[in-house]
Amino acid sequence: MNSPIAEAFIKANKNKRPALLTYTVAGDNSKKKSLQILNAISNYADICEIGFPHNTPIADGGQIQTSAYRAIKNGIRISDVFDIVSIYRKNKNSKPIILMGYYNMIFQYGENKFLKSCKNSGVDGLIVVDLPWPENKKFAKKCKNNFIDFIQLISPTTSFERLKKIIKDSHNVIYYISMLSTTGGKLKVSPKEILLNYNKIKKINPKKKCIIGFGITEKNISKLKSSDGLVVGSQISKEISRSLNNRQNPVTNVSKLVKKLKNKIL
Amino acid sequence: MKIKKNIPLIDQHDKLGFWGGKFGGSYIPETLKKPVNELTEKFKKLRKNKSFIAKRDFYFKSYIGSPTRFIKLDNLSKHLGGAEIWAKVVSDANGGAHKIYNATVHALICKAMGKKYIIGDTGAGYAGKMLSMAAKKFGLKCKIFMGAKDIKRQKPNCDAIRKNGAEIVPVTTGSQTLVDAVSECMRYWVSNCDTTHMCVGSTVGPNIFVKICGWSTAQISRELKAQLILEFKNIPKKIKLINCVGGGSSAYGFWSEFIDYPKTQIELIGVEAGGPKNSKLHAAPLSRNAKLGILHGAASYVCQDKEGQINETESISAGLDYPGVSPIHCFLKDAKRARYTYATDEDALNAYKLVTRFEKLNPSLEPSHAFAEAIKIAPKLSQDNMIIVNSCGDAKKDRDILKQRLGKK
Repeated sequence: MNSPIAEAFIKANKNKRPALLTYTVAGDNSKKKSLQILNAISNYADICEIGFPHNTPIADGGQIQTSAYRAIKNGIRISDVFDIVSIYRKNKNSKPIILMGYYNMIFQYGENKFLKSCKNSGVDGLIVVDLPWPENKKFAKKCKNNFIDFIQLISPTTSFERLKKIIKDSHNVIYYISMLSTTGGKLKVSPKEILLNYNKIKKINPKKKCIIGFGITEKNISKLKSSDGLVVGSQISKEISRSLNNRQNPVTNVSKLVKKLKNKIL
Repeated sequence: MKIKKNIPLIDQHDKLGFWGGKFGGSYIPETLKKPVNELTEKFKKLRKNKSFIAKRDFYFKSYIGSPTRFIKLDNLSKHLGGAEIWAKVVSDANGGAHKIYNATVHALICKAMGKKYIIGDTGAGYAGKMLSMAAKKFGLKCKIFMGAKDIKRQKPNCDAIRKNGAEIVPVTTGSQTLVDAVSECMRYWVSNCDTTHMCVGSTVGPNIFVKICGWSTAQISRELKAQLILEFKNIPKKIKLINCVGGGSSAYGFWSEFIDYPKTQIELIGVEAGGPKNSKLHAAPLSRNAKLGILHGAASYVCQDKEGQINETESISAGLDYPGVSPIHCFLKDAKRARYTYATDEDALNAYKLVTRFEKLNPSLEPSHAFAEAIKIAPKLSQDNMIIVNSCGDAKKDRDILKQRLGKK
């Protein structure tokens, strides 16, 4: 049986389009609102990435930092993150969930307990930003044993030798970081160049689904639609911030944005 | 946990970079794997390269002004009674603090790697000031990341950084102190690692940065060892080496040559920042038993909450105001080679007052924490004991705080 994540790719790719992955920070700007946002964007997104907020995020740019601080300030705990996932998963229209965060949170919670909570709440995949290969080998294996997809990250600085080894140890999905940047930076390389690197990765093992993220917005998403999947995060965080500043409802605004993103890749 | 003899402590880690099996490592985003590996390889070669070592020694001597003085504090010793108190006046170094050693070495490495840009974090402003000095000296473009709160309270150092032609990038996230400055600096490096070299200002961060910094500050104890032998013909029988500990770069540098000696002969005492009296916030992960956690790319004892969010810290000394600590100090603690304690803001201020009253010495608030412990224990010790304090920074940068708290000019 395929994992829900694999199914989501099959479904999207059958329609000759990339899967659309959204990233939102759990609890941004409140537990309730973040759930409403997830429910609303499920009409367009194929997979939902959810960040568990951390207060020293060394790889996140301004937008996602702002979201994370907002969530923490509103008192979001890890138990709330799992709550959000399990309530969301009861929605019939819900999409597979990938949790994304920093290793210290998992380390403090306890790896085994964390994976158990992931399973119980309905998490399908994990991205741990500061646990690179080969340091992540043991934990990735634990994830696999629990039927949770551990998603390996690859960057433009990853050497070819290293790339082969990482792909060999990867599960269903690989995440290609488009450029040298924290999340939400301006796309400073051309989509053409990104796809060139993407194709190198695909060539090593075409069966692995490769998603592209960092710097992707409604402006450039259509140029990358030949990939397996695309992640949009910072633009959504920015939209939530903008809505709150203008006293508008972030749920409707984010939902509109994700709909627009989807239309660009059809 | 056991420390091996005859191997520098900075090299006593396993393949993945962990000391004692659990401290350190390299918890970094994938993008930084390549630059970190390149730096690791380069440093491995450079430290064996005779001409690089000669260059280092040349600049340590001619530019930094090594060796710094080793002096007896006669008046303070007499006043307190008990142990003899000595100071290694590392603040004699060019720029006024030990941070110049690490900054100079990083600038030399940056040059050797063919990079033109160098970035660094700073708390008290000394690491930033020194890096800007070294960058100027070696013709590198320099950016310094500094918390907005620290920019306000360490103005003299900020002025110096700008005067040296470096740019200060104010960091306004989180507690707006060193912890956020390091995060922001790492984020900048993620985005610019192809052209830019990063200097971590202390023995913290991913494994390689701990090693480079420790290798650089180790000069302090090499000098001290020679000075002790010159003064006493042998290493005396009862010594206590007292050093403040924030990240832990000066303490490691002060101790590294003496780690192999028996604890009964040379005791190592680290003094952390206890923060304001009666305050719950402190920057003392070792002495107040914080849990193991991951911060800025390494595992160490970290002030944090149950879920792993990093705590804000509070200390009168910006240089010690950091929730984590070097993995090698965690190792020294758990191997029971060093003892760690803390001094409060008030203890440090009182120590500053006493030292400056009796001696021609102007220790900054960081080493004033170490003096606080020396002052506390000296009267209880017999006269054949010798206390050596690393006076690793000069108080010029603390002008405004001292004026405010003590009414001093």
